[in-house]
Amino acid sequence: MTSPVATAYILGYGNPGRRDDGLGPALVARLESLRIPDVVLDSDYQLNIEDGAAIAGHDHVLFVDAAESGPEPLELKPVRPASSIEFTSHAVSPEAILAICEDHFSAAPKAWTLGIRGYDFDFVEGLTPRAQANLEEAVAFVIEKVRTWKETNYG
Amino acid sequence: MATAADTGKRKIVINPVTRVEGHGKVTIHIDAAGNVEQARFHIIEFRGFERFVQGRFYWEAPVMVQRLCGICPVSHHLCAAKATDVIVGADKLTPAAEKIRRLMHYGQTFQSHALHFFHLASPDLLFGFDAPVEKRNVIGVIQAYPDVAKQAVLMRKYGQEVIKATAGKKIHGTGAIPGGVNKPLSIEERDFLLKDADTMVQWSVEGLALCKKITKAGGQTLLEFGSFPSNHLSIVREDGCMDLYDGKLRAKDADGNIIFDQVAPADYLKYIGEEVRPWSYMKFPFIRSLGKENGWYRVGPLARVNNCDFIDTPLAEQERQEFMALGGGKPINATMAYHWARMIETLHSAEKIRELLNDPDLQSEDLVVAGEKRPEGIAIIEAPRGTLFHHYEVNNQTDQITRANLIVSTTNNNEAMNRAVNVVAKQYLEGKEITEGLLNHVEVGIRAYDPCLSCATHALGKMRLQVQLVGPDGEVVDEKLRG
Repeated sequence: MTSPVATAYILGYGNPGRRDDGLGPALVARLESLRIPDVVLDSDYQLNIEDGAAIAGHDHVLFVDAAESGPEPLELKPVRPASSIEFTSHAVSPEAILAICEDHFSAAPKAWTLGIRGYDFDFVEGLTPRAQANLEEAVAFVIEKVRTWKETNYG
Repeated sequence: MATAADTGKRKIVINPVTRVEGHGKVTIHIDAAGNVEQARFHIIEFRGFERFVQGRFYWEAPVMVQRLCGICPVSHHLCAAKATDVIVGADKLTPAAEKIRRLMHYGQTFQSHALHFFHLASPDLLFGFDAPVEKRNVIGVIQAYPDVAKQAVLMRKYGQEVIKATAGKKIHGTGAIPGGVNKPLSIEERDFLLKDADTMVQWSVEGLALCKKITKAGGQTLLEFGSFPSNHLSIVREDGCMDLYDGKLRAKDADGNIIFDQVAPADYLKYIGEEVRPWSYMKFPFIRSLGKENGWYRVGPLARVNNCDFIDTPLAEQERQEFMALGGGKPINATMAYHWARMIETLHSAEKIRELLNDPDLQSEDLVVAGEKRPEGIAIIEAPRGTLFHHYEVNNQTDQITRANLIVSTTNNNEAMNRAVNVVAKQYLEGKEITEGLLNHVEVGIRAYDPCLSCATHALGKMRLQVQLVGPDGEVVDEKLRG
């Protein structure tokens, strides 16, 4: 985390050891280098239940994941707390994280998932060229999105 | 940039990559009369481990191997670091390095066990195995026991904070390096963690009390569920004390007789063999002196509590004694006792974290040692799910890893999980149909071992599990898929 007073929380998740699965953390790494004020950045191999506590207190939350199918280069989708949580020890959904946040920490940030299209998920380090290109688009997209959020004061 | 989501012109489908290493499949073979002949638990995972690290530099291993498993990266990180200690000739770490690594390890065990018990096991235990899937899930726990569910989130968060302070980032954690660690624990980090240390111990006591209460209320039915006698394997300290970070191998049989004791990690291949069976990608480890048929064993919390002579933290030791009294001092062989043992270890981990945080060695700058390089490094650690082996061979000219052998906790429990499925299938199969009841019970039996695969998870009371009923001629009589 970079600041306790930030109003946006961007969490990229995935495994950099599984090639394009590392798109989420790669995006966060790129944003870290920009040092955007008032934006908390975090990355992990996967979502975990304690992320429900971490996002409480932020106005906007962006979950960034690799997408194994779907539109190129990326797709943004609003996400709401799940009325029934899909929960596993190996993967918790963004909906579940929001539900834990709401149930336990009485907070309901606006949230989105950003799926960046990937192509290869084998045991290999580094992104494929196509995923790298999608990452570049995603970085620009998120910067623009954050700018809009700030301009509207997270309305 | 306008996306489909913004324009609203088509349905948005984002398919996040499934971050699991495989899925589970159970086949139940029946004879002409419909009796269970054999049930098998197939795990399709863990391919590519060794290939993943071959050719990499040995000093990369502690970082690289974290990517093998997003569930317990710290265990792989520390086990690889211990193996590379051997490679760089660091036979004895500095007190600061060893204690910081231990703190990291107990943080990992604490958060992993808390997650498993409160969010995965407790729905089964609190609502019963036959409860409807709509209720038998973590949401049911949140609604019925909101304080318990919230404590789990905060315990998990605390454990992650311990890991963050000792290992660094969640991805690419670099705390442990060959021969030591790369940073001490600062006074600020120590004080931040210390302020909640007593609360974590208290919540662990309460969680364990809840687990005991549920288990005792379940009585013999719960204790006999999926139960069978087995050998038990773990590391223990030289004096027989439970030690999750370092020690030598001890194996006991189902009656508590020692099979072997104080076996150095470097000698594991003399005592442990690995059998390949054509129907499973996962190997079946066994104790060589007992052979493939009888040498299989359990690992994990149950094996560790059964195997040790004592625990060196007072509250956990008191609980261990109460637990062992159930078997009159002999090992407990009940599958569902895993949960009880897991909570004893949760308490032990909380006590250890508090103890270590008060140790001034953690602020020492004396962090790394080295000696004469060796071409091979073998290490064992007790990961939350059980004994974990890392074995590397290195070309000392190029520093590259030429060969690796990893035996992960779930592999060590492979035969035990198969036995559990077998027992449950025989007990709950009725007719030639896979009922919801049978699925529920198979699921609960596997989950007790907390295996590192998706089918042991708890998605709305379901899991990614394929169960096939196979007739005497090999035909699939019935099939059900969950998850």
